[in-house]
Amino acid sequence: MTDATDDVVLLSGVRFSWQAASPPVVAVDSLRVRRGERLMLRGPSGSGKSTLLSLLAGVLTAQGGSVRVLGHELGALTGSARDRFRADHIGVIFQLFNLIPYLSVLENVCLPCAFSHRRRNRCEQSGNSVRDVATRLLDHLDMGDRELQGRQVTELSVGQQQRVAAARSLMGAPELVLADEPTSSLDGNRRAAFLELLFRECELERTTLIFVTHDATLAPLFDRTVEFEDLNRIADGSPVTETGGDDR
Amino acid sequence: MILPLAIKSLRNRRLTAGLTVLSIALAVALLLGVERIRHESRETFANSVSGTDLIVGARTSPVNLLLSSVFRIGNATNNMRWESYRRIAALPEVAWTIPLSLGDSHRGFHVLGTTRDYFDHFRFGQDRKLELVEGERFADASGTVLGADVAAALGYRVGQQIVIAHGSGDVAFALHKDHPFRVVGILARTGTPVDRAIHVSLEGMDAVHATESAEDGADPLAAAMRNAKQREMQGASRNDHDHDHGQLGIGENGSSARTITAVLVGLKARNKALFLQRQVNESKDEPLTAILPGVTLLDVWDIVAGAEKTLIAISALVVIMGLAGMLIALLTSLGERRREMAVLRALGARPWHVFALLLGEAAFLTLVGIVLGVAALYVALAAGKPWLEQGLGLFIAPRSPSSAEFGLMMLVAASGVLIGLIPAYRIYRLSLADGMTIRI
Repeated sequence: MTDATDDVVLLSGVRFSWQAASPPVVAVDSLRVRRGERLMLRGPSGSGKSTLLSLLAGVLTAQGGSVRVLGHELGALTGSARDRFRADHIGVIFQLFNLIPYLSVLENVCLPCAFSHRRRNRCEQSGNSVRDVATRLLDHLDMGDRELQGRQVTELSVGQQQRVAAARSLMGAPELVLADEPTSSLDGNRRAAFLELLFRECELERTTLIFVTHDATLAPLFDRTVEFEDLNRIADGSPVTETGGDDR
Repeated sequence: MILPLAIKSLRNRRLTAGLTVLSIALAVALLLGVERIRHESRETFANSVSGTDLIVGARTSPVNLLLSSVFRIGNATNNMRWESYRRIAALPEVAWTIPLSLGDSHRGFHVLGTTRDYFDHFRFGQDRKLELVEGERFADASGTVLGADVAAALGYRVGQQIVIAHGSGDVAFALHKDHPFRVVGILARTGTPVDRAIHVSLEGMDAVHATESAEDGADPLAAAMRNAKQREMQGASRNDHDHDHGQLGIGENGSSARTITAVLVGLKARNKALFLQRQVNESKDEPLTAILPGVTLLDVWDIVAGAEKTLIAISALVVIMGLAGMLIALLTSLGERRREMAVLRALGARPWHVFALLLGEAAFLTLVGIVLGVAALYVALAAGKPWLEQGLGLFIAPRSPSSAEFGLMMLVAASGVLIGLIPAYRIYRLSLADGMTIRI
């Protein structure tokens, strides 16, 4: 049992295609990610990385194989149970447009607690209010300025927006954080700084991080790097264009 | 938790949201206003005459007779002779009569020549009698009793002298300074055309017209004599007050050129009304028309029903256009909101949250629109009150919405929610398809 809980992600024989007749865009025979691990999934854009993240988050379900996250077989859960599971256990950071434009910085960070009792309770366990936790997280991500926290998110720079998104993904200490190229819109120096901040926060709660990127230069910072093209064995061997799937 | 999000999202788009609400509010105000005026005009009409079994006037269409005699809309084309009136009043089936003489005005208000029977027998609303709030009934040719609106609008008090002009309208041509009237009483408000009438005795009416003919170059001596005669008669009439119609001032044998516009008739037994109506209509002496007010009122409704339906249909279309505007605004917002929904989905929002967010927004816009529309209607009715009363003779008292109006509001609200289902379903489908991938 300890083994099972230690495996945050366990994939076997996963097959996913957008339409039943079309060839799969994701075909992962096996992937195992342990608790607290910082995994980099590297691959060119359009290789199906984002689709794999959607499968891990339970937004999409695989047609074949097994997707186990934190010991739960996601395919066996109902749609709303998967939504609840995601709300409770998974934080997500996107490449861009992470934030709700009409909410303030602080409100954006507090948002996961609105959708998950578990994460709200976790925040409040420490004896702090949700806002206190959000403020502390922003402090840790060099966004401590109170004036900044009250601002509309549309007034922030891209780098600031990504740090707000990181703070939000960490609210209420989810076990797994999925990051989909969050640094690709940042310049080199800021990338490393952003990652350092993210790693530091993940370590505090032993949060597992799966980080998708096409940028190999960041690889040394991670515990493990998986080349997505090695992982994803699509039948004919040629990557299926991701845009073809996304525009569906 | 979805609600504060929806409110903040709307606040972010307050310009389009505000315009949407505005168009719905105006549409609702129009719809309810048409319904309110339709209902109130019927009420006003139905309340204006009560307890009168027959109305008799010179030969004309029944609707015209009813409108001109009771509602003071339009003018009677002909008057009926005094002798004909006497004959009707003397019929054994007749319990009481109220002669009405119209055609004069004072500063835009109709002058009604009648007798003291008016105060005894006239009924309005649910069999209510006229009451004086001040002063007393007129007793002679120079006394006048004002309706509540006349007194309020012109600021007249008991004891004041007024001058009456011939012809009705805001600007009357001939002023009769020779026969000024004195205000002796003011009636309590009735919410009917009575409020807008200046009541004088038939003798007073005669005196006005006598001076008029004198001014016009007719024999001044004759007019003077007639005036003298009338005064004499009035003196006498006070004594035989209880006589059936003695207070009219001119006896059975009085050879008068007097004419009246119409007469309201009350019968001893209601079931004689049809019989008497036929008798009057077939009268050989003078072509007359007798109507049963209730029956003729139904004819009036038949005439206006078409116009009412058209108005309701137009305002319903305006409401539909207001709601269509909301649909357009919501659908165009979906493009940018797709991204927002994908973020919410990634944070754990379920598809129905996304659905509810859009539906709630539509419902909220519609409800605010309805509330503002009702408020706008009340403001408009209060502001337009003088115009409605003077221009249309509509007496619209402020009151809470009727069940029919609540029904209309519910219908608009339901339509708004129903229309909200369209963008809600669209964003629901989109959010399912998008998942977390938000590259648009």
